[in-house]
Amino acid sequence: MGITVVEVTKKFGDFVALDDVSVAIPEGSLTALLGPSGSGKSTLLRVIAGLEDPDSGQILLGDDDVTQQPARARGVGMVFQHYAAFKHMTVWENVAFGLKVRKRPKAEIVKRVDELLELVQLDGLSKRYPAQLSGGQRQRMALARALAVDPEVLLLDEPFGALDARVRKELRAWLRRLHDEVHVTTIIVTHDQEEAMEVAGQIVVINRGRVEQVGTPRELYESPANEFVMSFVGPVNQIGKTFFRPRDLTLSLEQDGDATEAMVERVVHLGFEVRAELVRDDGQHLLAQLTQEEAQALELERGLIVYVKPNRQTTFAR
Amino acid sequence: MIAKYALRFGALGYLLFLLLVPVGLVFYRTFEHGLQPAWEAVTTPQALHALWLTLLIAAIAVPANTVFGVVLAIALVRHRFPGRGLVNAIVDLPLALSPVVVGLALYLLYGTGGWLGGLADHGMKILFALPGMILATIFISLPFVVREVVPVLREIGTDQEQAAETLGASPFTTFRRITLPAIRWAVCYGVVLTTARAIGEFGAVSIVSGRIEGKTETLPLYVQSQFEGFNTTGAFAASVVLALIAIFTVLAMRLFRPKEGI
Repeated sequence: MGITVVEVTKKFGDFVALDDVSVAIPEGSLTALLGPSGSGKSTLLRVIAGLEDPDSGQILLGDDDVTQQPARARGVGMVFQHYAAFKHMTVWENVAFGLKVRKRPKAEIVKRVDELLELVQLDGLSKRYPAQLSGGQRQRMALARALAVDPEVLLLDEPFGALDARVRKELRAWLRRLHDEVHVTTIIVTHDQEEAMEVAGQIVVINRGRVEQVGTPRELYESPANEFVMSFVGPVNQIGKTFFRPRDLTLSLEQDGDATEAMVERVVHLGFEVRAELVRDDGQHLLAQLTQEEAQALELERGLIVYVKPNRQTTFAR
Repeated sequence: MIAKYALRFGALGYLLFLLLVPVGLVFYRTFEHGLQPAWEAVTTPQALHALWLTLLIAAIAVPANTVFGVVLAIALVRHRFPGRGLVNAIVDLPLALSPVVVGLALYLLYGTGGWLGGLADHGMKILFALPGMILATIFISLPFVVREVVPVLREIGTDQEQAAETLGASPFTTFRRITLPAIRWAVCYGVVLTTARAIGEFGAVSIVSGRIEGKTETLPLYVQSQFEGFNTTGAFAASVVLALIAIFTVLAMRLFRPKEGI
């Protein structure tokens, strides 16, 4: 079921968390709400879930205006950053909770819960308590719990934020596959642009309570609508009013036309990718991204003088 | 090393001379002439009535304060309302106020000429009767459940409750299935403290009860009246009953705090 947010405004005292936000989430999509902390992305998710009331505006699920409905009537599944596991219930009871509340027949509950525990690969741990699970396992349990009630939409609030980098990466890939299987309209809130790009088909960039841009990961990266999106979705160099990606900086050992001189300050090897920090005569710092081969060809090292020129750059109208 | 032992003996000595020796003496004096006189002293009709009255008052005041305490704790932690800070402060009032003042306040309110003094003319006798004693006991034992439950509610946060809500649970189901299990030990601990306070109350109840022998005399009041009447055996034996109730209460508290190392 698609989600439509129409001109939603939400204030907390003087703080404007959401400022006239309108956005459409297509049915069956996996959409990321991306923004820095305090940008309003979590508030938007909570307004969609029905956990916060907007001051004005509407939330539509499919064609139904659900703005006045409480969270329990909206048929959304929600996953929280800190798991929100029911600590006094076992994994099995956690997942069964929504079904029990809905008074489904026992046989159906048993079948559905077992099915879901298998889907999230927790079938061997059904009798454990949340305290006996790792963070990644707890979050998979929370996902199974949210999916148990067959939600129309699945809302994930920084679901991997509390996990370590390796587990986070695993779970992202797993979420992507899960979405391919289950096809439920999903919104994931994150402040991590890499996570958003890796997982989502559509990204909504939010800053200071406003939508900055909506697009596919590629559109955002290649044609950012403004300065904020440009610098938020990837590393960026700025010279005056022009912006360019570190990847678009060409380095050469010989002076060529309008290239400027710079000195290598630091070289970071990240396997396939090499990052170089450069400083120009005038003190301007630049970041360059090269492949291993390119770096080798230049014999890149600290103190080397190179000539740099961006081969693609963008300026934004103010 | 010496400092460590000095600290230990200091702490133990303090406990010994201020708490254990006096309470121990009460036990000693009670059973000094054997079990028989003590047993006879606490099984007089007057003593039994006092015990029964004490337990009856606790049986009404404790559930009332438990329900009210949980509701108030949830209101204080989960809701924003005007005057919240004031309510939060008022809850502590019974802890700070001398029980005698509480007794006097009730006396002024329900006594002859008090705002609600007219109730007695309509057959609702509050003062010098059970209702007044219950009111006084509820007043002085009010803060304990609230004060135990509030920090636990803060600590568990709202995540679990919101998760339950999104899963389709009504507010009542969420309370029963999520909130209540999470605060149950705090509630139990609060109940134990409330019970201890309710059973031991003297000052407030002493004023509103009128201390009518065999009618409005609770066990602590009975101890006092026996002591004043030079029936030390009766006073000591009843004290032992109160002390035993206190000891069981403390044991119950230990039981409800299984996680702590002390």
